[in-house]
Amino acid sequence: MNSKDIMKMTALDVGRAIREGAITSVDATFAMLEAIGQKDARLNGYIRVFADLALQRAEEVQKKICAGESASPLAGVPFAIKDNICTEGLPTTCGSRMLADFSPPYSATIMKKLEEAGAVLVGKLNLDEFCMGSTSETSYFGPVRNPWDTSRVPGGSSGGAAASVAAGTAFYAYGSDTGGSIRQPCSYCGVSGIKPTYGTVSRFGLIAYASSLDQIGPIGRDILDCAAALNQIAGKDPADQTTNESTPIDLAAARSFSGKDLRIGMPVDYFGEGIDPDVEARVREAAEKYKDLGATVIPIRLPIVEYAIPTYYIIACAEACSNLSRYDGIKYGYRAKGAENLSEIYIRSRSEGFGLEVKRRIMLGNYVLSSGYYEAYYKKALQAKAIIKKTFDEAFASCDLMIGPTAPATAPRIGESLSDPLKMYLGDIYTVLPNIVGLPSASIPCGSDRNGMPVGLQLIGPYHGEQLMVGAASLFQRSTKHHLRVPGLFDDCEEGGVER
Amino acid sequence: MTSSEKSNGNDPVGIDAEQIEYLEQLARIRLTPDEKVRTRRDLSSILEYIEKLNELRTDDIEPLSHTVPMAPVFREDRAVNGDRRIEILRNAPEQKDGCFKVPKTVE
Repeated sequence: MNSKDIMKMTALDVGRAIREGAITSVDATFAMLEAIGQKDARLNGYIRVFADLALQRAEEVQKKICAGESASPLAGVPFAIKDNICTEGLPTTCGSRMLADFSPPYSATIMKKLEEAGAVLVGKLNLDEFCMGSTSETSYFGPVRNPWDTSRVPGGSSGGAAASVAAGTAFYAYGSDTGGSIRQPCSYCGVSGIKPTYGTVSRFGLIAYASSLDQIGPIGRDILDCAAALNQIAGKDPADQTTNESTPIDLAAARSFSGKDLRIGMPVDYFGEGIDPDVEARVREAAEKYKDLGATVIPIRLPIVEYAIPTYYIIACAEACSNLSRYDGIKYGYRAKGAENLSEIYIRSRSEGFGLEVKRRIMLGNYVLSSGYYEAYYKKALQAKAIIKKTFDEAFASCDLMIGPTAPATAPRIGESLSDPLKMYLGDIYTVLPNIVGLPSASIPCGSDRNGMPVGLQLIGPYHGEQLMVGAASLFQRSTKHHLRVPGLFDDCEEGGVER
Repeated sequence: MTSSEKSNGNDPVGIDAEQIEYLEQLARIRLTPDEKVRTRRDLSSILEYIEKLNELRTDDIEPLSHTVPMAPVFREDRAVNGDRRIEILRNAPEQKDGCFKVPKTVE
């Protein structure tokens, strides 16, 4: 099998082919490295690629697989990871000048789990600086491009991950999601992704943005790849006290999930002002599809949607300004040259090391937490959070799962969003709610707009409802072909979409 | 300005130059003149939007920190990390004699 044919396979199929001896882990790793070499210059999805290390690791893993020591479904399958997850001795930049030369002295818990599972790390993926953005344009290492149309953004902040999976320069990847940073780029790039229930995956070694909202999750070509990838990293971790026990997703059960008796809630408040008509049409078609498959689709009310963005940005920025206070130019990270006293080191290192969006969010966080404003903003947001939680609890009394759009529009052109941050923030309106309440959520492709750009369908499950959510997504993907459509760049030709 | 003046939700929220300077001080960040102009404009429009939250009645609502069940975690008080001084110092911008180096802090 040649490299191009290998790159067309799903991660689970590659895993099976390796176990059955049809190909080796080295073949798959070589195929991914070759694809990156051919296509990534047009995407800028990767910040770093570790070719020698990956091939060496693939050989070791292959030996273990041959000896029957590694039988996990994705053993030997190469992957890439967002560059905000710590990899011992390997650069971890968070897309920032602040950490451009930082190599952590330890690995994230998920890296240890992936090593045990026989995964092969190939590279680290580009992102918005410190995950602060919805377009992957604010990276110190330059903007990421959308493989469907390289004049457009891939979404963010896990834009490098979604773009690379869509373009066929990664079999699967891990990103992180604080307010939509996995689901929204999946929507813009036409791939699948999961933000797990808060606490499912350890955040130890994930560079902190907003700790009460951050969660690591998988991005794949279909939902079953995502489920297998999530199983590899989930679990309680003594190093992260917010982790909790979860049951691994049963892939066989997900494959045979039936739509009968499934009650799907469609929040009417998700179709208000500001939604693109093509996005609305595709999501309504998806709801019709679910009805055809035997599900009941019922309109539900989430009358708190318009408070989602204010609540989210107060909480996220408050936590961010506290989390990012550690960057002082002393222990690690960027230090400005020639500063003569301690205070000047802090101020100049932070002023030169952070980009403008990061500065803006730190300052907004300082504002809402500062004396005289704390009650009016931060406390108010935590009260709003209580109301939002109650609204979701009530909504889930009448449905098993919710569906709606992932984002109000498809991918904008590069440069369009940077001039108006508020407009960019409003693009997160549908994705921030599951983060605020800690619920699992996924995005899967459900068609395209008038320009051929992908549209994402968001699924929101109940607490630890990943099995049901993946089952419902898998049911949709068994009955539709949206997830099989790939950008022209996937086959290394220039324009348009084709069916894989 | 007091919180009661800010929280009535009727006046449009603006950030003045003095407040930007105060925030720079809190954040240990010094903006360029151009960044100052943009930040003042952007923060003002974001805060104006955030004022929307004042429509929400929260009089009797307890602030909520965690939405998922969470319990304190205990472990034995035993050191599990070894001496990582060399690896940790490898990332220090400046070091001397096995320590982080900073300018003189007391005259």
